[in-house]
Amino acid sequence: MKDHYDVVIIGGGAHGLACAYYLARDHGITDVAVIDKSYIGAGGSGRNTAIIRSNYLTREGVQFYDASVKLYEGLAQELDFNVMFSQRGHLTLAHNDGSVRTMRRRAEVNKLEDVDSRLVFPDELARICPQLDLSEHPRFPILAALYHPPGGIIRHDAVVWGYARGADQRGVDIHQYTEVTGIDVANGAVTGVRTTKGNLSAGVVLSATAGWASNVAAMVDLELPLDTFPLQACVTEPLKPFLDVVVVSGSLHVYVSQSDRGELVMGASVDPFTSYSMAGSLDFLEGLSGHVLELFPFLSKARILRQWAGLCEMPPDFSPLMGFTPVVNFLLDAGWGTYGFKASPICGKTMAELIATRQTPELLHPFRLTRFAEYDQVGEKGAASVGH
Amino acid sequence: MLRLDCPNCGQRNSAEFRYGGEYDPRPEATIQTAEEDWIRYLYQRRNVMGLQIEWWYHRAGCGLWFLVERDRRSNEVARTWRWQSAGAEKATGEIES
Repeated sequence: MKDHYDVVIIGGGAHGLACAYYLARDHGITDVAVIDKSYIGAGGSGRNTAIIRSNYLTREGVQFYDASVKLYEGLAQELDFNVMFSQRGHLTLAHNDGSVRTMRRRAEVNKLEDVDSRLVFPDELARICPQLDLSEHPRFPILAALYHPPGGIIRHDAVVWGYARGADQRGVDIHQYTEVTGIDVANGAVTGVRTTKGNLSAGVVLSATAGWASNVAAMVDLELPLDTFPLQACVTEPLKPFLDVVVVSGSLHVYVSQSDRGELVMGASVDPFTSYSMAGSLDFLEGLSGHVLELFPFLSKARILRQWAGLCEMPPDFSPLMGFTPVVNFLLDAGWGTYGFKASPICGKTMAELIATRQTPELLHPFRLTRFAEYDQVGEKGAASVGH
Repeated sequence: MLRLDCPNCGQRNSAEFRYGGEYDPRPEATIQTAEEDWIRYLYQRRNVMGLQIEWWYHRAGCGLWFLVERDRRSNEVARTWRWQSAGAEKATGEIES
């Protein structure tokens, strides 16, 4: 490790590595270190359910995530790495009139931003996803769904490795198993970073540590509007391919897709109380299984292969925190709640632009840290995750 | 499953309770209270990776709001107790308001 870097990025996930990659590719800034306390992709980047979509509720959110989907579409070519992006379509089910109304509103906001998204009803749903129980028998009958054809799934590890390789080839240093223990501040500006492998001086420090941002920010005496919750997910044993669309139900707190290995990848809403523990729980498995069986009763004999948890830091308005902070040269890429992975490319690209130009790109402006004090929140609760 | 010792009802599964957020007394509601204090109270969280004092509500039991000290790395509960008054909590010296 050198003893000085122009840019130090804390967190070697898809966000941090993408930022390093675009700093080098777009702005010629290669004196960059990406530091992670574990291996690259060990945090949220390797623990999400790999869903990509842009059918959000606010204009700001839709524009941001749509830019991300477009970058994902060209990512395999760009990185010369097969990220296995499958735009198989994304269904968000509505089980009551309130949900139908929200879906309709989302569809209209999406259309205004040129995002392919529309409301579909059971007759069309039966063609898109005949595996669903569309009868009137279930406790939560399916009334309609928001259909988002460009949505899909991707291999999340490949995204991490692709960006890491691209950044490495352009001269970025990646330091794994190096934990940041402190950040030096003098006269209100960041001067360096202390790590378990030595201290280094830094021009700019970017915190890109989903889940742990409050702890990194505490090193510069900054309190953030974040609370950390575990989010659990699981996969079944591999099954023959039968599901070629991503199915989400907000009311049932569940999302399901089938991976290329045949496993059903399933997730729910965050745990009912905050924690930094990533231990799995039986409550989660029981609740999730019951809800999945509401949608796909024929899966009752499917067996769970493994379950895991990741950490999600939830902001009050379910939108991320990006950009400058009151501490000069300490930048934030945080507040990624349950929706961070899908934003990796655009977040990396715009944060790189912000670091290089010292100007906040238009796409990032709505997500600035000062929005709470300015009473200008970006309310994404209705579209960011399931379970409300 | 996490189990909590309700001051009224004793040990119960956490499914009976609702988590109510970290303990953070509300600023005194006077005309002098600075806007920044309200913004801090409304939005900012300490979100510590360690011991936290927090509110829980016994929704499927006696309906009591009470305080719990829990290690957020392991979810181990150090103690639970009945809230007395903001002043009494401060007197323990463990909570900054």
